[in-house]
Amino acid sequence: MESILNILFSGVFHASTLFLVAAGLQVVFGVQKVFNLACGSFYALGAYVGIVVVKSFVAGGFPTPLFIVPLIGAGLLLGFIIGPIVERGLIKFVYGRDETFQLLLTFAIVMMIEDVIKFIWGTSPQTTGGIDLIYGRLNLFGATVPVYNLIVILCSLIIAALIGYILLSTKFGRIIRATAEKKEMGEALGINMKMVYIKVFTLGTVLGTLGGALVIPATAVVSEMGVELIVLAFAVVVIGGLGSMKGAFIGALAVGVLKSIAISTFPELEMLTIYIIVIAVLMIKPQGLFGGGKV
Amino acid sequence: MMSLKSTKAFILIVIGLLLLGFPLVASQYVSYLMLTFFAYAIMVLGLNLLFGYTGLLSFGHAFFMAVGAYTAAFLTGKFSILCMEVIIVIAVIISSALAALIGLVCVRYIKIYFAMLTLAFGMLFYSFLLKFYYLTGGDEGMRVLQPHLLGFNLSEIPKMQFLTGNYYFYCFFIFVLLVFVMWKIVSSPFGLCLKAIRDNPEKAEYLGINVKRYRWYAFIISGAYAAIGGVLLGSAIGHVDPGLTYWTHSGTLVFMTLLGGFGNFFGPLIGGAVYIFLQDKVMSLTTYWRFIFGAILAFLVIVAPGGIAGVISSLVKKEKSIE
Repeated sequence: MESILNILFSGVFHASTLFLVAAGLQVVFGVQKVFNLACGSFYALGAYVGIVVVKSFVAGGFPTPLFIVPLIGAGLLLGFIIGPIVERGLIKFVYGRDETFQLLLTFAIVMMIEDVIKFIWGTSPQTTGGIDLIYGRLNLFGATVPVYNLIVILCSLIIAALIGYILLSTKFGRIIRATAEKKEMGEALGINMKMVYIKVFTLGTVLGTLGGALVIPATAVVSEMGVELIVLAFAVVVIGGLGSMKGAFIGALAVGVLKSIAISTFPELEMLTIYIIVIAVLMIKPQGLFGGGKV
Repeated sequence: MMSLKSTKAFILIVIGLLLLGFPLVASQYVSYLMLTFFAYAIMVLGLNLLFGYTGLLSFGHAFFMAVGAYTAAFLTGKFSILCMEVIIVIAVIISSALAALIGLVCVRYIKIYFAMLTLAFGMLFYSFLLKFYYLTGGDEGMRVLQPHLLGFNLSEIPKMQFLTGNYYFYCFFIFVLLVFVMWKIVSSPFGLCLKAIRDNPEKAEYLGINVKRYRWYAFIISGAYAAIGGVLLGSAIGHVDPGLTYWTHSGTLVFMTLLGGFGNFFGPLIGGAVYIFLQDKVMSLTTYWRFIFGAILAFLVIVAPGGIAGVISSLVKKEKSIE
């Protein structure tokens, strides 16, 4: 029993960061109709910046347990900086163009960010040296779970609730949902679409960088983590349904838990099972479990 | 004054002769790069039948290339089948069968869903190659032994000399043959149907074209082309690894196609050549060649989606209108 719970908890932990990145993918796809391959790269950038922030925070003599505060701050700030730059500098030119070109442009961003990371941080993997264990472990129903993992899961749930609140109950959320349905309508109602696009893309970027920042205390960073994560995030949105937030949530849980079950039982089948499910979903219900609906 | 058609034919023959005589004047290294060009050119030629002519973007086409390369590795390494012609035929059979199977699923969708499905199949194969290491060598990959060409065992010749000599001419003739076959395909009624499907699938359906079936045929042909390219590339490198089928490698193939210009028959070939030689140049200058290539790709997408061929043809048109 104990091991099953352990597997479940580690699956949910993976799912929580995966959800953030996938949510970033979904919101941009929902509004701009751009499938952003670069959201994995934002995640990688967030992770690298996070490691710098944590290390300098500890080296600066600040109380170590508080490292999570500047970590989250850095994740948010980074997204707020690079989001508008990438949107204004590149993405805005391909709105309304063929999907092929949009996909290729985000692929170009993936290539560029990968080398930016290599240029700044080199190619060798880096860790925070197990700083996450400073919070200790907790015994939950017979499973030992690092407290840090629980904090990340909690953060992710709060963000999920926040996104839900923004989308359903604020003016900005209503605008997003309206433009996701019909762009011309938003324009006709006098909404500044340019600002909406900047905000939405920045939101997508922030979710990615924050996800990356949150994950690094528990794992090592490598320069390929972006291109590796995007295929997982891709699996999440396909299973959940393109453009659907609920889909991102359920999809992330499914992929995260499935991955950790596979790792502990049949490691050979780890990614294989996920792709088989992706293909099965695309064949049976190409719009995904929750696709075709609202953002 | 020569007509446009005979001018074009003349240019092609000159380029063909230049390529044929290439190893006699160029260094071994440059000839070797040219060899990889032949392999990639065959792949993008197949990819463009799908992308440029049928309007379907495959983001997992490296899958078929890896199928070809691993077929060569398995046959030479595990079954001691060294005859190149047999390897190519078997690779074509396997890849066509796989393409037929995968194509049945994929051609039901277009645009982003088609791209995603092909990407998923490519990554499925990637994780298979990576995880079943006792069969595939995992991330270390497998060796591809030197094949026999036309039944001749040429293992006496030093490797580099073999590659830039006998093997070069062998690949050149396969390349020319496949370019010719593809030219026949795209200018046949079948090729015209594909273009009609790309431009307006509903209208094509009204005209009695079975759209899905034609997309399926195009998918199979392009899969077979990619596999032949994979066999040639695998034998040239002498080694295969799972990175061949990773999604970023599929992206590279699409990049080449776009760079040259997907709207033109020869565009992808130009793109392949420019990509390979430019990559070699940039890599010798900086380790951060990906950044530069990413910037080039972004520029192409935003400013010149027609690629090199598109720019050339618009220049030619401008000149004509001035005359």
